[in-house]
Amino acid sequence: MAKKNVSLSAEFLKGIWNENPILRSLLGLCPTLAVTNSAINGLAMGLATIFVLVSSSILISLFRKRIPHQVRIASYVVVIATFVTLADRYMAAYYPVISKALGPYVPLIVVNCIILGRQEAFSSKNGVGRSILDALGMGTGFIMVLLVLGSVREILGSASLFNFTILGDWFHPWMIMILPPGAFLTLGLLIGLANWYNEKRGIV
Amino acid sequence: MKLMLLFLSAAIVNNFVLSYFLGICPFVGVSKRVSSALSMGLAVTFVMTISATVTWLIYNLILVPYNVEILEYVAFILVIASLVQLVEMFIRKVSKPLYDTMGIYLPLITTNCAILGLALFAVLREYSFIESLVFGIGAGVGFTLALVIMAGIREELELSPVPKHFQGAGITMIVAGSLALAFMGFAGLIAN
Repeated sequence: MAKKNVSLSAEFLKGIWNENPILRSLLGLCPTLAVTNSAINGLAMGLATIFVLVSSSILISLFRKRIPHQVRIASYVVVIATFVTLADRYMAAYYPVISKALGPYVPLIVVNCIILGRQEAFSSKNGVGRSILDALGMGTGFIMVLLVLGSVREILGSASLFNFTILGDWFHPWMIMILPPGAFLTLGLLIGLANWYNEKRGIV
Repeated sequence: MKLMLLFLSAAIVNNFVLSYFLGICPFVGVSKRVSSALSMGLAVTFVMTISATVTWLIYNLILVPYNVEILEYVAFILVIASLVQLVEMFIRKVSKPLYDTMGIYLPLITTNCAILGLALFAVLREYSFIESLVFGIGAGVGFTLALVIMAGIREELELSPVPKHFQGAGITMIVAGSLALAFMGFAGLIAN
């Protein structure tokens, strides 16, 4: 996996595009599709996920030599579930409206493959500093895609962005975009676009 | 009658994959062949049914009486992880070919959001024990249905000229979008 000679900035930057968790590795698709019917929901989900990802990366990279290999997955899951409980209670207390809109998708961060995947592939083998950078990079890549999807779907589906109406009366909202099929279609097009761009830049 | 409606609602109208987006990873990963899609679907249905009942028991007989509902997520995910381990050992013992087809996706059922989502929805909607059981089976059947339909379409897609950049995940998403659109047609089936 990560060699020690990889520069620190590369450790951060790889998650944003070249190893983007959603567009390149197709991880964490459930929250990506489910909560992006508006930009604000995507943003909230992204921030909660970053919090859980970074906190569990810190803890797991600290304890990486103490966790027995056979029970590592179970240990990771318990750590992740604890931080998700924290994030869930915090959101329910301070942002009840968003917490209600996201519903069971906040607790479902526990099973977001990105988080478990990074612990297994990175934090369990690297020091705290690099693990934080890696988690931040992956988190940023994740939230970027959520924001793009959320914005596209909100503009086309409700003619607004972050709840501000931006398209006039002439625009008839495409209801389908905020419904489930819209999520699949937008993500499919986005993946195709990313592949096309990557080929143009010569990375495959 | 009420249970029948609950079953239909979980299996078709509110299909876990196509309208709640739960279990997308195996949906994309194991839907290349109808046969492996079917066995994955059956494995998930099996785990779902058991975990729906076990999580109900744990929530209502342990967490609620001791007032520790806050441990809900930790408890549920641990139960699911152990169940999956059990199923994996069972399948390896009973059928080696089946075990090889499912490959790495079997342990991944642990992080299949559909299973945890099912437990969370059952708690959120305050289902009774029997309702949770029916909900679990319905959701599993719905998952299998979506997976098998998708696999059938993808087998055909292999012979079709898909634009280069959409091959693989891209076209899968777009096909899933059309499927979700079709499943929306069932929305009027149950009034609730």
